[in-house]
Amino acid sequence: MRIVAHGVLAAALAVTGLGSAAAADLTMGLGGAVSSIDPHYHNVATNNMINRHIFGRLIDQDAQQKLVPDLAESWKTIDDTTWEFKLRKGVKFHDGSDFDAKDVMATLSRIPWVPNAPSSFRIFTGQITEAKAIDSHTIHLKTATPFPLMPVFMAGFAIISDEFERAPTEDFNSGKAAIGTGAYKLKQFVRGDRIELVRNDAYHGTKPDWETVSVKQITNSAARVAALLSGDVQIIDQVPTADFARLKKDKNIGISSVVSNRVIYLSMDANRDSSPFVKAKDGSALAKNPLKDVRVRKAMSMAINRPAIVERVMEGQAIAAAQFLPETFFGTSKNLKVEKYDANGAKKLLAEAGYADGFSLTLHSPNDRYLNDEKVAQAVAQMLTRIGIQTKVEALPFATYAPRASKLEFSFMLWGWGSGTGEVSSPLRSLVATYNRDKGFGPSNRGRYSNPKVDEILEAALRTVDDKARGELLAQASEAAIFDVAIIPLHYNINNWATRAGFSYVARTDESTLAMGVKRTKR
Amino acid sequence: MTVTTPDRIEPAAPAAEPAVVSPLRRFWIEFRENKVAVAGLAGCILIVTLAILAPLISPQDPYDLMQLDIMDGRLEPGAQGMAGQTYWLGTDDQGRDMLSGILYGIRISLAVGVASGVLAMMLGASMGLLAAYFGGRVDTLIMRIVDLQLSFPAILLALIMVAVLGQGIDKIIIALVAVQWAYYARTIRGTALVERRKEYIEAARCLALGDARVVFRHLLPNCLPPLIVVGTVQVAHAIALEATLSFLGIGLPITEPSLGLLIANGFEYMLSGKYWISFFPGLALLLTIVSINLVGDQLRDVLNPRLRK
Amino acid sequence: MTVFLIRRLMQAVVVLFVMSLIVFIGVYAIGNPIDILISPEADQIERERAIEALGLHLPMWEQYLVFLQRAVTGDLGRSFAFSTPALELIVERMPATLELAIAAMGISILVGIPLGMWAGFRPESLAGRAIMAGSILGFSLPTFWVGLMLIMVFAVHLGWLPSTGRGETVEFLGLQVSIFTLDGWSHLLLPAFNLALFKMALVIRLTRAGMRENLLMDYVKFARAKGLSTGRVIFVHVMKNIMIPVVTILGLELGSVIAFAVVTETIFAWPGMGKLIIDSINQLDRPVIVAYLLITVSMFIIINLVVDILYSVLDPRVRLKEMKS
Repeated sequence: MRIVAHGVLAAALAVTGLGSAAAADLTMGLGGAVSSIDPHYHNVATNNMINRHIFGRLIDQDAQQKLVPDLAESWKTIDDTTWEFKLRKGVKFHDGSDFDAKDVMATLSRIPWVPNAPSSFRIFTGQITEAKAIDSHTIHLKTATPFPLMPVFMAGFAIISDEFERAPTEDFNSGKAAIGTGAYKLKQFVRGDRIELVRNDAYHGTKPDWETVSVKQITNSAARVAALLSGDVQIIDQVPTADFARLKKDKNIGISSVVSNRVIYLSMDANRDSSPFVKAKDGSALAKNPLKDVRVRKAMSMAINRPAIVERVMEGQAIAAAQFLPETFFGTSKNLKVEKYDANGAKKLLAEAGYADGFSLTLHSPNDRYLNDEKVAQAVAQMLTRIGIQTKVEALPFATYAPRASKLEFSFMLWGWGSGTGEVSSPLRSLVATYNRDKGFGPSNRGRYSNPKVDEILEAALRTVDDKARGELLAQASEAAIFDVAIIPLHYNINNWATRAGFSYVARTDESTLAMGVKRTKR
Repeated sequence: MTVTTPDRIEPAAPAAEPAVVSPLRRFWIEFRENKVAVAGLAGCILIVTLAILAPLISPQDPYDLMQLDIMDGRLEPGAQGMAGQTYWLGTDDQGRDMLSGILYGIRISLAVGVASGVLAMMLGASMGLLAAYFGGRVDTLIMRIVDLQLSFPAILLALIMVAVLGQGIDKIIIALVAVQWAYYARTIRGTALVERRKEYIEAARCLALGDARVVFRHLLPNCLPPLIVVGTVQVAHAIALEATLSFLGIGLPITEPSLGLLIANGFEYMLSGKYWISFFPGLALLLTIVSINLVGDQLRDVLNPRLRK
Repeated sequence: MTVFLIRRLMQAVVVLFVMSLIVFIGVYAIGNPIDILISPEADQIERERAIEALGLHLPMWEQYLVFLQRAVTGDLGRSFAFSTPALELIVERMPATLELAIAAMGISILVGIPLGMWAGFRPESLAGRAIMAGSILGFSLPTFWVGLMLIMVFAVHLGWLPSTGRGETVEFLGLQVSIFTLDGWSHLLLPAFNLALFKMALVIRLTRAGMRENLLMDYVKFARAKGLSTGRVIFVHVMKNIMIPVVTILGLELGSVIAFAVVTETIFAWPGMGKLIIDSINQLDRPVIVAYLLITVSMFIIINLVVDILYSVLDPRVRLKEMKS
């Protein structure tokens, strides 16, 4: 690369320079786009990330997604179907009004009301059959059946002031109703550009280091890295793996990492007898769908050299996966180990299943959704082609990929799943449980995998209030699904944040970038 | 082309008539006057030859996944692969030999650029001429379609096409024709509106020559110069546009990359110093486009009846 | 003239109608936006509710009729993602893009025309050849690549200009504009230059071609024979004739600059309409896509109209009544 000689225009342009930020100011560069400040309008990661600065929740998730008290000081079950939440006293909203049970009731009433919500927060409150304020700081929530995930779900949404129970989304965007109990107050929301926040000095928790925070949306990853390198922002999220090595070497840059709650996996059509993209090598139709045979699925899993993908494609910024979530999370199994790469064994297994000559397959993948998605897909295709399964890759923008996948147009797909609840029931319920509308099982099970044993254990787990017993059941369900190769887990991403020297970030498994987690360090 | 003396300039009208010397020969004599253009022509021939011979001269078939090995990914130029072969221009992240990738990439980029350019020019020029010559309702109809077409962002058009038709070279060509034809139509109409008022067209009409003959034998040659300017720009633009679509993730299939897609893929490595992944395809793209343009510039001068000696 | 305008206006309405239909069908064909919008954790029943809330459960023709009914009253629907009226969303972003587009056009004309005239006036000179070679680079290099290089050089290595975003804005005629602040200009310079490169190359080439052709025309010789200075001949007589193709193309290109600002806006995180449309496409935010296209079509129609009128001013041989079409 050619760099133009310094200094020619420097004098003329220096005046406009960077203007170093004042000591207590922070500018963050986000890879995602924020569509609204209304915390109950669109349940999407980037919006939730921003509204966490402004609003408190009954229960918060720490950097490892463990539950910690926020507006609720404690919680317990008082009978099989009733949860009691004791609220924190002395908390004030940004406008100076007191927080109490009325605000919780108003929030529960507003969530299902929000008009036009494209992704409602009702998924966190739908299980509540009755909500009662016992006194000004005690809440009882009743459900039809035992509901062990209640605290997890209560960490899913923001609490607003009862004054804004029926405030439309615009009032939040304009700032009028964006009155929460969070560590920051909203100063300005400029759609598509930036969000300006100022510190809430009356915050009930630990005060963050920064007086003002400016959150910029820089969706292009190279541009985001450039913004960090030029000092325009002090922290960026979603560090591209291509730049990781360079940033790591740079004295002026620090990196904060943690393994994420997101597994990248392959999903197979294990249901239909004839699947649209599974064919014989000459393109003719096959007598039956080989993906229905567990031996074929197992062979495919064995053919994939996960450490090679991690090292070469992900540049070390991932961990080979054995199940739905990394082992540190609740409900994971200690018995599941990463499938060992064994191409010869895979070929043998294929031959045993009657596909000694292999067959042909198209792997569909998004190309703008997950870290290096289409590159991972290509590497998988290389590896499967080596054992005789001729694999083509078709990478599509997520906007065309997702609707087609939901219409079951594909046979073999690359997906990712980040567990918002931070435990295993979320992927089990959505990805491998038999598709069932009334139970709400398998909404993202696009291979329509079905295994009665998995369903049965999962249902038992979802009824078990005792944490230890539930954890064991979830681990068993994971084992049943993985032994049957319900999905082929590839790797867990590592979440990276890059900061300017003098700053550090408490890396979070849930991929959120919070100003509260950015700390000042000595250079 | 040097400045000519006034008395050697012929009026425009007779120039449209066939000359006595074999036109091809006269064309060549005029063309070779400019040495840089001849070099450009040589470049074009070389590039086309490389594109045609790619399967014979590439060290690797970059489309065959069996021949790629991600363990050989991102090797520097001149590095040795796991199987002992040398990658003269390095490899990309999938372990694809850049030299082979570029040779095959030229094939695709050229095919896409030229095919879409030629088709768009034929379609656009016909439409523009028809609009200008007949005027009235024909003009209105065509120009409104042009307006409609030009306001449709290429990116959206491509996304819809990918959704409806699926990915592939033919779909990209269709999308690029759809994006470009209106430029030609608009440009040629502007010139033709001026030309058709001129005496030689009136004369041709008075001779009761057929409309088709007047349009294509008399009007078209005199409208060519601006068309060729736009054309050379557009072929290059088509190749660059295809690269941009690939950059946005809605171009060609990732496993059969064009030059543009190779650049787009290597783009994310620019900040990290792995320059070869996008530098060499970029160089190849640059040479291709520069050669096409050098030839195009000279063609324009030679074909321009008003500059003819 | 009035008749001409009225007819154009009526045609515009038809064009807008056809456009809305095509876009509606096109976006419908891509797929159901609910798959992108809804949280992956949502179950089937929640999904059905969301589909209904957004009116996506109706058959396509019914959705179109609902849209049309509202469109007549000036309501182009609410964005799925932002919950804001689509029109408001676009108008909010428009100043940023217009600023960028006009700055880019300004740069390409101010730099392109003088360079092109010089290259046409002295085609054999070193400078003339260098200008042409440079113009080839201008449209050979992909915009996204040049954009990143500009950031690398001017923001990262030299640190002269900010790398992303829009600068400080002030309110002007009710719009948020950044061209009245120094900070605004420092943010605008790089993206505008990036966007201008391609147009600059085009202007240089068109101007040079026009220059060369016109210099050989009889009127130039007559003018010279009459003893007019070279400067006067070129800047008064030749320039007027060169402007015809340049105006045509630039008229077209102003629209395309706006439509194609997508890439520049993405690279420079410029909060304009281009970025809005690509984000909306990525989320299949249909109301915004449809509204955006209707607005760009309207802008094109206006620009084309202005170009046609300018034509008649620049070249008296082309009469408006001829284009009453």
